[in-house]
Amino acid sequence: MSARRAWLTPFWIGLAVVAGLYLAFLVALIGSAATYTTPHQIWESIGSPEIRYSIGLSLVTCTASALLSLLLAVPVGYLLSRGRFRGKALLDTALDIPIVLPPMVVGLCLLIFFQTSAGKFIDRVVPFTYTVFGVLLAQFVIGAAFAVRTMRGVFDHLSSRPEDVAMTLGCSRGQAVWLVTLPATQRGMFAAFSIAWARSLGEFGPILVFAGATRMKTEVLSTSVFLELTVGRLEASLAVSLLMVALALVVLVAVRLMGEKL
Amino acid sequence: MIQLDSIAWRAGSFRLENVSFTVPSGRYAVLMGRTGCGKTTLIEIICGLRTPRAGRVIIAGRDVTHEPPAARGIGYVPQDGALFPTFTVREQIGFALRLRKRPADEIAGRVASLADELGVAHLLDRLPQNLSGGERQRVALGRALAAKPKVLLLDEPLSALDEELRDDLAALLKRVQREHGITALHITHSRAESAALADVVFRLSDGRVCEVPSVADEPEDFDGSEAPRVPQP
Repeated sequence: MSARRAWLTPFWIGLAVVAGLYLAFLVALIGSAATYTTPHQIWESIGSPEIRYSIGLSLVTCTASALLSLLLAVPVGYLLSRGRFRGKALLDTALDIPIVLPPMVVGLCLLIFFQTSAGKFIDRVVPFTYTVFGVLLAQFVIGAAFAVRTMRGVFDHLSSRPEDVAMTLGCSRGQAVWLVTLPATQRGMFAAFSIAWARSLGEFGPILVFAGATRMKTEVLSTSVFLELTVGRLEASLAVSLLMVALALVVLVAVRLMGEKL
Repeated sequence: MIQLDSIAWRAGSFRLENVSFTVPSGRYAVLMGRTGCGKTTLIEIICGLRTPRAGRVIIAGRDVTHEPPAARGIGYVPQDGALFPTFTVREQIGFALRLRKRPADEIAGRVASLADELGVAHLLDRLPQNLSGGERQRVALGRALAAKPKVLLLDEPLSALDEELRDDLAALLKRVQREHGITALHITHSRAESAALADVVFRLSDGRVCEVPSVADEPEDFDGSEAPRVPQP
């Protein structure tokens, strides 16, 4: 039996059918949305000042929150991967809280925290509640959790031996990490940044609850979809959705091209 | 000289107790023992990568037990070379001197002479992923020797190589150790490697180290794997 015929068993054909049906469903979902409207309508919707503001704010806040997430994820991911300390399992679990909490609850927790005396003090220095900084913080809370997970995996897969050798050659631990380990994690850092960016782009619940959905102020792409839908402008809502799909696909392809997985 | 004095170490049920031995200056010592008996732990204690529960580590007459790895004046070659993934061969060999802020021409000269000596002069601009196993070990050796350490610690440097390369590299190790007048501690589970290289042989078993008067007294390869053929250099 040829190698090709060996695959043509009911078992493998069954698996291929399941995978094929799921893929067809995904393609049908995006395809039907893409063909529901015309390029002219999409262009017109995206050209409105509100949506243009929303695109700009989304790009700026997603990039800023992904950078902040990476700044947190590199040291915390390293600590979780290489550190041996009491309470590590607890810290590991606690850092997953933003991932498992319902998004609306994250928003509500942020809102309530900024009603406490510590929160009010912070709010007086940098106003977060119902501001652009609130959008950024809501995105950061979720994006950082995913970035930390990714960076931990990156450090787990990287041998600590070169770092040990660097220390015997004259480095402190910090120098060894900076000079030897971090340059080897560039692809992983790009993946962590991209994941945080993509999560921030899709963030909706916490932003709506904590930063509001004020046009030309705290409106980002996900809130645009919601606002346009609530006022019955399906085409505009769809146009923004397709833009978000395109951005998400770009991130997915870029990360895959770098040889990493989301 | 490398001296361990009453070293104790424990992790879970694994322990090293009262480990003491001395490698005299300028000698090539081989430490033998079964896989998993704690040879690597012992070399990591000498490097300063692990802290013993008790005892002292003395290198070149200086008690370095509480000193960081960077201050111990050692060269370390791990099993797989552990080259820095993003460094070229030139950068790997020059790394220790660059850390010490030596002038660029001095670094270039030292890199060139070590690369010549170790037969990697034609590989200076390559990254580790483009090197063979034997080339990696040669580069790792050059990187360890660059800052002229007093002692060289080799953790099964030949075990990942095929037989022919193993013979070549064993001969190179012995020659380099002699020419640099360096004190070497080489860990292995191979009796043939030990016979080819050792001036003095130690054996680690059941958490203790004892000197073996002659390699011939050692049982055949501890792992039960075939002993490699290593010629006398």
